[in-house]
Amino acid sequence: MSKHWEIIISGSGGQGVITAGIILAAAALKDGKNVIQTQSYGPEARGGASRCEVLISEENLAYPKVQQCNMLVALTQEALNKYSSLIAPGGMLITDKSIDTSALSNDIIVLKAPVYSTVANIGNLMVANILVLGVLNSVIDAVTGDSLAAAVSSRVPPSTIELNMKALTEGNRVGKELKREVEIA
Amino acid sequence: MAKQLVQGNEACVEAAIAAGVSFFAGYPITPSTEIAEKMAEKLPAKGKVFIQMEDEIASMAAIIGASLTGAKSMTATSGPGFSLMQENIGYAAMTEVPVVVVNVQRGGPSTGTPTLPSQGDMMQARWGTHGDHPVIALAPSSVQETYDLTFEAFNLSEKYMVPVVLLMDEIVGHMREGIELYKPEKIIDRRKPVQSPEEYLPYQTDDSLIPALAPFGQGYRYHVTGLIHDETGFPSNSPKVIEGLVERINKKIDKHADEIITYNSFDVDDADVVLLAYGSPVRSARQVQQAARQEGLKVGLVQMITVWPFPHKVLSQLYRQTEATFIVPELSLGQLADELSKSVPREKILRVNRNDGSLITPAQLDAVVREAVR
Repeated sequence: MSKHWEIIISGSGGQGVITAGIILAAAALKDGKNVIQTQSYGPEARGGASRCEVLISEENLAYPKVQQCNMLVALTQEALNKYSSLIAPGGMLITDKSIDTSALSNDIIVLKAPVYSTVANIGNLMVANILVLGVLNSVIDAVTGDSLAAAVSSRVPPSTIELNMKALTEGNRVGKELKREVEIA
Repeated sequence: MAKQLVQGNEACVEAAIAAGVSFFAGYPITPSTEIAEKMAEKLPAKGKVFIQMEDEIASMAAIIGASLTGAKSMTATSGPGFSLMQENIGYAAMTEVPVVVVNVQRGGPSTGTPTLPSQGDMMQARWGTHGDHPVIALAPSSVQETYDLTFEAFNLSEKYMVPVVLLMDEIVGHMREGIELYKPEKIIDRRKPVQSPEEYLPYQTDDSLIPALAPFGQGYRYHVTGLIHDETGFPSNSPKVIEGLVERINKKIDKHADEIITYNSFDVDDADVVLLAYGSPVRSARQVQQAARQEGLKVGLVQMITVWPFPHKVLSQLYRQTEATFIVPELSLGQLADELSKSVPREKILRVNRNDGSLITPAQLDAVVREAVR
């Protein structure tokens, strides 16, 4: 899919949303796309809503921040409440099944994935960021699967590569199922 | 060369190392912390020096001392630390010791907003330390420019024997983009003395007005002081010496201003409206300017790369040539617009200011441009 993507990945400080965005951006650069990754967070190192923005485009990018968000990932209710208003009409939201999305307007495509139950099965909640990256990319095909896998394995701590690759694979599987459901509906 | 995904702060470190930095002293502070972090990782591994100092006053002092031994030296900080460095920045300007000071600007005053961008230190970069003194300040608007201008900062400081401030901001420092980590073509090292140690006068200069300070430890002995000094380096209260020194250290930069000042201009020759920006607001300005041109609106952009010395000559010539309205987007209450008003009439300057920790959006700027071209 060749498209101009303005993606926000959000969650709680410490969940690795910025790492997820950096990995996505590295994969897009490897694919030859123009890319900018920025982040915003509060002065606290842990807790509080944290967000990472990734722009991916075939065109040159001047302004470095999201203007028309067409993909929001929200890993917590707080992050969703804080950032859902940034989603442009027709844009997409990916979030966990447990999160209440009833307040969102009808022109947003809402995809609820079993993020936390799947990482619980994998046995480590810390990889929710990588799992959701797999979900995200399976839905929108912003980057090639190979580039994404290479970026994950080169940017996570070496001792956690196996775990993170498992999370990515599971995320891809969940994402493909979600995409199928959306296309049917 | 394949592009790599690099953060602005990391690009600064990579360029400094490629330029030959061999001494870094600093006190980590958001949003510049990654610079100290990477320096701590990389310099000792190359047999170079990284020191975490007790504060920013000491950091500045340490890099001046190291530079006097001939080491290319730098520090990195943000607003609160930049305030503490001012006294010794003045000392470096007065003693003509080349150093690079990176200020990744965050919101102020005081501890302000550590994680948010600002351009509130533009005037401090020029006038933060007391007395009539010279300084050069450069401002990147992208990660690639951060890489390019970090080399340039070292080259200018070594060439003109002056402190150089790399005026970044939180967006540029923390943003990641694909860049080329090329090997620099031109590395400038400070002049070496031509006299023997017996005949050497450290502050004697030729027409360039730039002294050749011998690196300590190579047989040359001389005195270094922040007091007004004569050619020997020893203090003097002679009116002639006072006038001569203060004039020379300032003229040293003024005389070479045309060589020092760099900027990029886009579509300005026939412009009715000229956007003037430096740092991250350039990104909004470029998007708006390109879109306006596509619609046939006569909008141009001047991106200042050199903030100090200020490009008054360039801008006043451009104003006389075009009589354009200047629109100045900046993340402060008007430090850039006020300086511009020395070369463009106040009534021809429209200010677009933002100080809430967000960038000026293209939409915000576009509305002002449309109003101006109407």
